[in-house]
Amino acid sequence: MPALRTVYAWELRKLVAQKRTYLGLAAAALVPVIFVVALTLQNGEPEDVAFGRYVRQSGLAIPPVILIFGSYWLFPLITALVSGDIVAAEDHNGTLKTILTRSVGRGRIFAAKVLAAVTYAIVALALMALTAVIGGIIVSGFHPLVTLSGTTVSAGRALLLIGASLLVYLLPLIAIASIALLLSTVTHNSAAAVVGALMISLMLQLVTIIPGLGVLRPYLLPTQFNAWQGFLRTPADWTPVIRAAWVCALYALPCIGVAYLNFLRRDVAGG
Amino acid sequence: MAGAPPVEARGLVKRYGDVIAVDEVDLTVEAGDVYGYLGPNGAGKTTVLRMLLGLITPTAGQVRLFGRDPLVSGAAALEGVAGFVEAPRFYPYLTGRKNLELLAALDGGEAAKRIDEALDTVELTDRQRHRVGGYSHGMRQRLGVAAALIRDPRLLLLDEPATGLDPAGMRDMRALVARLSLAGTTVLLSSHLLAEVEELCNRVAIVRTGRIVFEGALEDLKRTAGGGWRLRTTDDGRAAEVCRTQRGIAEVRVDPLELRFEATEEAAAALSVALVEAGLAIRALAPHTATLEDLFFRLTEDGADPVSAAGRPAETEAA
Ligand SMILES: Nc1ncnc2c1ncn2[C@@H]1O[C@H](COP(=O)(O)OP(=O)(O)O)[C@@H](O)[C@H]1O
Ligand SMILES: [Mg+2]
Repeated sequence: MPALRTVYAWELRKLVAQKRTYLGLAAAALVPVIFVVALTLQNGEPEDVAFGRYVRQSGLAIPPVILIFGSYWLFPLITALVSGDIVAAEDHNGTLKTILTRSVGRGRIFAAKVLAAVTYAIVALALMALTAVIGGIIVSGFHPLVTLSGTTVSAGRALLLIGASLLVYLLPLIAIASIALLLSTVTHNSAAAVVGALMISLMLQLVTIIPGLGVLRPYLLPTQFNAWQGFLRTPADWTPVIRAAWVCALYALPCIGVAYLNFLRRDVAGG
Repeated sequence: MAGAPPVEARGLVKRYGDVIAVDEVDLTVEAGDVYGYLGPNGAGKTTVLRMLLGLITPTAGQVRLFGRDPLVSGAAALEGVAGFVEAPRFYPYLTGRKNLELLAALDGGEAAKRIDEALDTVELTDRQRHRVGGYSHGMRQRLGVAAALIRDPRLLLLDEPATGLDPAGMRDMRALVARLSLAGTTVLLSSHLLAEVEELCNRVAIVRTGRIVFEGALEDLKRTAGGGWRLRTTDDGRAAEVCRTQRGIAEVRVDPLELRFEATEEAAAALSVALVEAGLAIRALAPHTATLEDLFFRLTEDGADPVSAAGRPAETEAA
């Protein structure tokens, strides 16, 4: 049986060949560019956002601002755009029967799809970070950054902290990808999966504002969207980071598990 | 498992709600067979092939391909097996060649090396760099065959392979099946066209609403079906009388436009002389090719258990 690596590589090639892929990547790259351009054309700064005050003092304040802006909607949407499509697209094209009658088991095909969806989320996030850091340094320079605790860290260390923050933000993003993938597998419909994943995220945000349910708040998925900010304090606040790790796993693993079983057992009668 | 037949299905059933798409199908395809699975639309042909390929789970019954159950062994059961159900489907945003490269990667082994030859065989070499999204139905069908060929199959499963093709495409498809069979590939093909099965297959199963109503060698089927003739003369009334007195002519029936009867070729030739001697001119005398509907009629008119009525002779001969 061909290796997982081979199947995964072809999943990536399929993504590379689809327009939808570039929609998300373009958005991820353009948002920082638009922000930076706006900053050069206008005076003032986004005061009411954390780090917003410092965007003219250090270019490294720009990636966190973009992340805060995009963390609840934009990046989950970009992620879901591909992970919600990655199984349903096969249903749509009728190609499941084509690839499931070769020499690769269903489990391996599914695993390759999970990896490809996560890879896409990573690439989109990295693209955003890269344009934000480069754009930020161009307009505001590579200078020390004032953290959320009010202390100042060197530019090099700030860059490191931003990298660590992105890794933490990746956790809820993977959870969103898992939910979208589950919906993609179960509904056979990519629009339903993309919208559904975001709806679930929205619903969970709603729970956090219902009086009396506040105690649930730390364990809801949307709360994990800003866990990464723990790394932009001195000393680093590990509590939200560690909580994000297991809470996100609690969302992601069952979704992937159910999707896997569904994919393994389903009747492939379409196409 | 070396001697296991390419296809062995026992008691296959597939239910969709209250629709029984496939009903207690037993099927054995021996190595070297070109096996025709013949039935009208909705007879359950595609559903049987899907179960053989492990795409859907049977409600009951078992499938073995070269002795291996696709439900148990998964992709390993498809070793040496290739084919498609319904119209073959590909990634529209990839070129024909890229699609084959992808599938070859999922096949492993030497599959990728066979791409050029397969494209050549189905005459898609010129269009291999174009996206499948722009392919015609016939081109996709051919690409489906190429995708099967790169697996270098010992068993080929084809679901109505000529459907939707133009006459030239149909001819090419049939020539290809004949050639592959000569080269030793076992073929199971479904069809709703009796003529196609007659041309290609040595064994047939005839299915209706999920059930096999005939299973056996093509010769036996022809014996069941054959011998029908149509006759038109200048005076069909008198011609009917001649027919009834003529030796070797049976089952004479007077239809509004023509006469029908059963006879061997020799008896029909003798009849033509007798007609002329009786002063009748023959407008048309032709063997009547049975349609699938005729066959169903014949196979089911004898009684409640058509399989034993029609299928047994083949088995007793073999014994
Ligand atoms: N996925 C399905 N869901 C519900 N009914 C189905 C499904 N697939 C096939 N059927 C039904 O099963 C019967 C046989 O269908 P099929 O195998 O496609 O026939 P054929 O290929 O001989 O035309 C039909 O009545 C069809 O409506
Ligand atoms: Mg069919």
